[in-house]
Amino acid sequence: MINLIQYDFFSNALLAAIFTSLSCGIIGTYIVSKRIVFISGGITHTSFGGVGLGYFAGINPLIGAAIFSLLSAFGIEFLSKKTDVREDSAIAIMWSFGMAIGVIFVYLTPGYAPNLMSYLFGSILTVSDTEIILIATLSLIILVFFLLFYKIILFIAFDEEFSLTRNIPVVFFNYLLMALIALTIVLSIKVAGIILILSLLTIPQAAANLFVKNFSSIAFWSVLIGFTGALTGLLGSYWWNIPSGAAIIFCLVIIFIILRIAKMLYIKLKH
Amino acid sequence: MNTRQPILELKNVTAGYNGLAVLKDVTLPVYAHDFIGVIGPNGGGKTTLVKVMLGLLKPWKGLVKSILDEKDGRGIGYLPQINQIDRKFPISVKDVILSGLIRKQRIVNRFTRDEIQLAAQMMHDMGIEQLAKKPIGELSGGQLQRVFLCRSVISSPSLLILDEPNTYVDNHFENELYEKLKILNQKMAIIVVSHDIGMISSYVKTIACVNTELHYHESNIISEEQLQAYNCPIKLITHGEIPHTVLGIHNHE
Repeated sequence: MINLIQYDFFSNALLAAIFTSLSCGIIGTYIVSKRIVFISGGITHTSFGGVGLGYFAGINPLIGAAIFSLLSAFGIEFLSKKTDVREDSAIAIMWSFGMAIGVIFVYLTPGYAPNLMSYLFGSILTVSDTEIILIATLSLIILVFFLLFYKIILFIAFDEEFSLTRNIPVVFFNYLLMALIALTIVLSIKVAGIILILSLLTIPQAAANLFVKNFSSIAFWSVLIGFTGALTGLLGSYWWNIPSGAAIIFCLVIIFIILRIAKMLYIKLKH
Repeated sequence: MNTRQPILELKNVTAGYNGLAVLKDVTLPVYAHDFIGVIGPNGGGKTTLVKVMLGLLKPWKGLVKSILDEKDGRGIGYLPQINQIDRKFPISVKDVILSGLIRKQRIVNRFTRDEIQLAAQMMHDMGIEQLAKKPIGELSGGQLQRVFLCRSVISSPSLLILDEPNTYVDNHFENELYEKLKILNQKMAIIVVSHDIGMISSYVKTIACVNTELHYHESNIISEEQLQAYNCPIKLITHGEIPHTVLGIHNHE
């Protein structure tokens, strides 16, 4: 373990695991509590259109992904409030359209698309220094934002209509949170991959929710559980030479199952 | 008729959704210490009326005038229909009640000691102080209704609007609720929406019948003939010699 940290790629991966767990732990708790997991899935997959565009235009695919996910996040927030489009259908259309655009652009890009698999399935061992700085900055912004406005975020997520009757800036907070969700997703792509990100945003929360029923406690334990899963997955992928994204998700599910059984046994012993 | 100024007034309001008018040309003045029962058939526009009054839905035509001062954080207290609440949301009873105190001018995180004290006092008065730290998902319908009543009045609003407060609660709590409302009515105007006018008629002072149009009835005694005239087809059974208590037939679907 100590030997491993001496490698740059491994210390970067470790930092990525720490900060991704922090941002995904908090944002995931918001997503799960507000029941917008499907919306988040839509944003995630739409971002693949941006990855494809990035390859085609010769810019960093993550920049393309950021543009696509922000636009889709704001688009969903706008559509669901202003028009009578059925929200889940709209998300499904966007979801598949984003993937389709991505595939078309990758196909049109001359030559070979390097690292395409790492965007789809994650590759925590190839996270660059710049990406670490971005992930760290975002997760600290999220942490401070939630610490400062915890109650308001909680109240709006719980009962938006009531919050509107109290004249607080509900719309502003909703858009801001959608932006944070979109950015969290984009910066987690390298860790878990577009196809697997949703699990970083939901499995730790589901595991924490087995034992605690309060937003802040779920967020706190999600960060720890997420980090445990990311670290064990990282080590597993190194030792057995398997893809890191999949290894992380696998470990998270194992942790969830262990905690679920632990809870069952605890309840049985208590009675 | 009345020389006082209404605290909230709807004037010739037409409102609805997706091009379909649910309320047409509705006029309703609300004065301090009013206690109005809003009745009407399902889909008749009761909830739409509430949304217009709360400012959640902008009317297509007409005016909503309000002198309710928002600067002191009072304004309108609101108790929504309980089935609109996500009961699995990870929030504690205490936080739900405190959320009644948030306002534009104060979106910082912490509540003052006085505010927390006030929330504790309200929970005590409502007999739910032992539930303070519980997540709302562990409460019964009646307990939840008490929590939301606390939330809606913790800011001492000048007007309290309750949307179907008697659904999912037992008879015992229903009586208790209306007794509480009677006391609150000394301090604030109250509008209570109900599909079941039997219970509310003995507590409210006046009745508004909503079925796209609104007819205001300046009394809490109403007969089936009057309801017919108001185009408000709710069937009543009357008890006693004079129709001072009316029970609506429940439409269980």
